[in-house]
Amino acid sequence: MLEQLNDIEKNAMEALRSVADQAALEAWRVTYIGRSSPLMQVFAGLGKLSKEERPAVGAAANRVKAALEAAFEEKAQAIKAAALAKSLAEERLDVTLPGRPLHVGRLHPSTQQLRRVLAILAEMGFQVYTSREVETDEFNFQLLNFPPNHPARDMQDTFFVEAGERGENPILLRTHTSPGQIHAMREFAAMNPDNPPPIRIALPGMCFRYEQITARSEIQFNQVEGLVVGENITFADLKGTLNDFARRMFGQSARTRFRASYFPFTEPSAEMDVECFVCGGKGCSVCKNSGWLEILGCGMVHPVVLQNGGYDPTRYSGYAWGMGPERQLMLRYRIDDIRYFWGNDLRFLEQF
Amino acid sequence: MKIPLSWLKDYIDLDGLSVEEIARKLTLAGLEVDEIKYVGLPMPAYKDGERHEFKTSGISWARDKIVVAEIREVKPHPNADRLTLLDLFDGEKEQVVLTGAPNIFHLKGTGKLSKPLKVAYAKEGATIYDGHADGLVLTTLKRAKIRGVESYSMVCSEKELGISEEHEGIILLDDDAPVGMSLADYMGDAVLDISILPNMARNANVYGVARELAALTGRELRKPLIEYKTEGEAVENLVAIEITQPELNPRFVLGLIRDVEIKPSPYKIQRRLRLAGIRPINNIVDATNYAMLDQGEPLHAFDYDVLKARAGNKKVKIITRPAADGEKLTTLDGVERTLTPGNVLVCDEQGPLSMAGVMGGAESEVTEKTRNVLLEGAAWNFINIRKTAKQHNLPSEASFRFSRGVHPSLAEVGVRRGLQFMAEWAGGKIAPGLVDAYPLPPKEATVTVTAKDVKRLLGIDLTLEQIAALLTRLEFKCEIANHQLLVTAPPHRLDIGEGIVGLADVLEEVARSYGYDNLPETRMADALPPQVGNPAHEWEEHVRDLLVNLGFQEIVSYRLTSPERESRLAAFDEYVALANPIAPERRVLRRSLSASALEAVEKNARADSIALFEIGPVFEPQPGGLPHEPRKLVLAMSGLREALAWDVKDSPHFDFYDLKGRIELLLSGLHYPDISYAPTDSVPYLHPGKAAEVRIGGERVGVFGELHPLVRDRYEAGNAPILLAEFDLDALRRIPPVYGVRPVPEVPPVLEDIAVIVDEAVPAAQVEALIRQTGGKSLANVRLFDVYRGEQIGAGKKSLAYSLTYQSDRTMTDAEAAAIRKKIVKRLENELGAKLRS
Ligand SMILES: [Zn+2]
Repeated sequence: MLEQLNDIEKNAMEALRSVADQAALEAWRVTYIGRSSPLMQVFAGLGKLSKEERPAVGAAANRVKAALEAAFEEKAQAIKAAALAKSLAEERLDVTLPGRPLHVGRLHPSTQQLRRVLAILAEMGFQVYTSREVETDEFNFQLLNFPPNHPARDMQDTFFVEAGERGENPILLRTHTSPGQIHAMREFAAMNPDNPPPIRIALPGMCFRYEQITARSEIQFNQVEGLVVGENITFADLKGTLNDFARRMFGQSARTRFRASYFPFTEPSAEMDVECFVCGGKGCSVCKNSGWLEILGCGMVHPVVLQNGGYDPTRYSGYAWGMGPERQLMLRYRIDDIRYFWGNDLRFLEQF
Repeated sequence: MKIPLSWLKDYIDLDGLSVEEIARKLTLAGLEVDEIKYVGLPMPAYKDGERHEFKTSGISWARDKIVVAEIREVKPHPNADRLTLLDLFDGEKEQVVLTGAPNIFHLKGTGKLSKPLKVAYAKEGATIYDGHADGLVLTTLKRAKIRGVESYSMVCSEKELGISEEHEGIILLDDDAPVGMSLADYMGDAVLDISILPNMARNANVYGVARELAALTGRELRKPLIEYKTEGEAVENLVAIEITQPELNPRFVLGLIRDVEIKPSPYKIQRRLRLAGIRPINNIVDATNYAMLDQGEPLHAFDYDVLKARAGNKKVKIITRPAADGEKLTTLDGVERTLTPGNVLVCDEQGPLSMAGVMGGAESEVTEKTRNVLLEGAAWNFINIRKTAKQHNLPSEASFRFSRGVHPSLAEVGVRRGLQFMAEWAGGKIAPGLVDAYPLPPKEATVTVTAKDVKRLLGIDLTLEQIAALLTRLEFKCEIANHQLLVTAPPHRLDIGEGIVGLADVLEEVARSYGYDNLPETRMADALPPQVGNPAHEWEEHVRDLLVNLGFQEIVSYRLTSPERESRLAAFDEYVALANPIAPERRVLRRSLSASALEAVEKNARADSIALFEIGPVFEPQPGGLPHEPRKLVLAMSGLREALAWDVKDSPHFDFYDLKGRIELLLSGLHYPDISYAPTDSVPYLHPGKAAEVRIGGERVGVFGELHPLVRDRYEAGNAPILLAEFDLDALRRIPPVYGVRPVPEVPPVLEDIAVIVDEAVPAAQVEALIRQTGGKSLANVRLFDVYRGEQIGAGKKSLAYSLTYQSDRTMTDAEAAAIRKKIVKRLENELGAKLRS
């Protein structure tokens, strides 16, 4: 009996060696350790053995069963591993095929740039102030120290609105966000007319100029102005604030310079240039070989403007500046045609 | 304004300063140099990595290769009639030079010249512009045979040397040009092109720029010596002036010069005029232009004999007055102008002579025959000149200056300078005296400045003496008394006001003179203002973010459109219309964001899929006043629902429910309660059966739906349906959001499906509302997962299948769920005639 068990084990082990796949393994299992296998026959016949034989045969049968089961387990693992290795070897994607696209949304580049600008200014304490796009001559020009027929009006060609006879106060499309300076000053001053509070605001919004629509000129554009009014505000503060802004906007190593300029609503007035970030100041087509990029116009708020806003210019002073997000984008992305901004062409918008 | 450096050097010593340094100083002080054009002087040679500062163009003249030479004889060319051979001396050697220049052709074969001609001579190897090429092409002179004669050098035209476009003949230099001298040393130049700011009209002349440069460098400003001999009858005996309106014409000055010989000006003068951008005409006209560029006062020369004849040989009387309505004058450009009372005329007793400050008249202009010249310098009201120049579309050098304000003191300076040049170049005799009517001298501007003012506004500590020194450089008169500085503006400036404005004007000059770059940089020490924020703006930005997250691309359209463009979508009766549109298709402000969004859909029709939004104002006209600018939101979708890929070949089109799903997410992102949707046929451009209005708390805040097929046909944008939504952002923003979070349940829910058959007319929202109402608190969610129509359930019916989620704070039993379900089914049966579908 014991010999038979040895044969069973030997035959089974030998047969297992040639098993190579799951089906053959299952057949082997049925043959060698299945219910009607010779091994199981041995177990079934144990009752018929003598008391003396039974323990030894039983122990041997159990040992063979355990050995065959362990071998089966081992073989099963090996077959699985081989199958996995085979499938890993076969299942190869072309990873260079394009990924599956999604419909995604984006902000218009101008909104993106406005946000960059306003976020920096917010951290410097500037709150957003918005006002209307259609204005009167009074708010767009006169209260900002552009009298009728002033030569400075040549700098801002204007769209006028048909609105009947309004004399020297026609309705127009604002040429800058500066009318908001007057609106804001009057609102703040109204909080406490004898002691108007300080002001620190950013004025973003769409502005309009009477221009032909070409690659270089547009009839509408965004502007962001800054306005500060207080009792201790100096030209040195203007320089400090705008230099801080430039370093945040264009990088900590950005170099700037201030050139004397003229705007009716500020005095002294200046233009701030930033060293050309395309060529590093060496001169290129973007900076027209000057090494500098005109970024913004600025100056101390003109006393007449302070007065018109309800702030006593002998006590209060302030500064203001204005800049164009689209111009900043054109420089940053080397966009050479301003018409892209309002062209609503997805092929442009999707690049931002 | 173009300023030749050589001319500046008449008034200031610029030795030791490079052209770029000069340009930089001017630029920082507000005289922005747009371009430097080199005309002979050495151009800076940039090494790699060196910074340029200015747009630079032009040519340098090699000092050893381009020199002053003299032509001694003009000989015929043996083989070419149109060419001549020049015997020329370049200071070292005699040369034979070939030329075709027409302006010396008449000397061919006349033998040795009694007076040699001075010319600009370019030797072999010199680099100059090719005179025959279009535009500016550099060429280097090489030895060549032309018609059998060897040629290796040239006498140059202005074009060849980069002075002007002139290539008709060679340059004939002034007689005193030293033979053999390097031409760069003799007349090498650089031209600064300066933008003149509106408040800096005083610098629209060479002397003004020299004055600024003197202030900026601390160098001495050399005043021009305006002296001349006079003879004959005094002017006052020959002409009189009557000014009818001094506020339009504060000053009028006349001088007279007799027996002038009209001929070309000296070459040096012609060259400078050309470099400054003015075409030389003759010595008299040139003298008026040159004096204007020199001192800033536009002058006008009359042919005195014409005026005298008009006056019947009596004393000429000049009258300045507003034009009569419809009065006519032929200006010297030959155009007959019809005038209006807003225009000021210079007249004699017979009628108008010229348009004051803008353009002279044809009849009395200086001609080749003129012998005696009456020279006018005047001051005019800048606003009036501005209007007149605009009205007649006559921008000129004179109106450019007068419309920005020229100080009346310059009228006299200008006339005397002009007479001086005329005498020098035309050899006339200047009549003694001037006739000077000066009824309205400007008020002398005096401003009080303290050290505290400078500290308060500029942020720097300066003593009164330091402030005075900065201003004196710009010719302000300064006087210190009682710890104050009394500052008086110099008599060439009209831009300094009084009081607090004058203070700002003067402080700007202090800052410019001190140098903006020398001012310190500080961080504000002032108190922070009241923190009011801008909730409307913040909310709108939040809406933008939500829409971007939902896959919408933001667009920004032109505010300006035309009624025709918008009428493809809808007709509006009234618009905010421009009085001066640039084009008919941009002549009104938009009434509808949808119209421009649809234009964008059309424009991007080739895209597989489009989902756009725009936020902004529309403009609703209000009679006689400012329009309303309500803010709107538009959403537009069209095209494929799913993005195509290499294994995704097709996709259904976006439909009503795609848009609605996004609107639901937008509104839930804004945390609005009580949102409902109702069918609407109130929007004519939407499909009447595929349009809904959005209500929040019963208020309509927007509409959306599929574009009406007839409207759809007006847009060339493929075949897919176009979905459109419009929201009134102002109404939406006013709705208070309700924030709150339901706790996340800890026990598992019981899920159950239920399908009911109802009449087609019963809205799904009603079924769902009833289910929710009946289910009460335990019914956590109801989700419609199928809508079925078909034979099985009969015509005019639909089956709605819902997945119900029961949820309670303890595990719910099936029996409890079944009880709720039973109640729901009963109510649906009773109230909607629904049948349970099994
Ligand atoms: Zn550059």
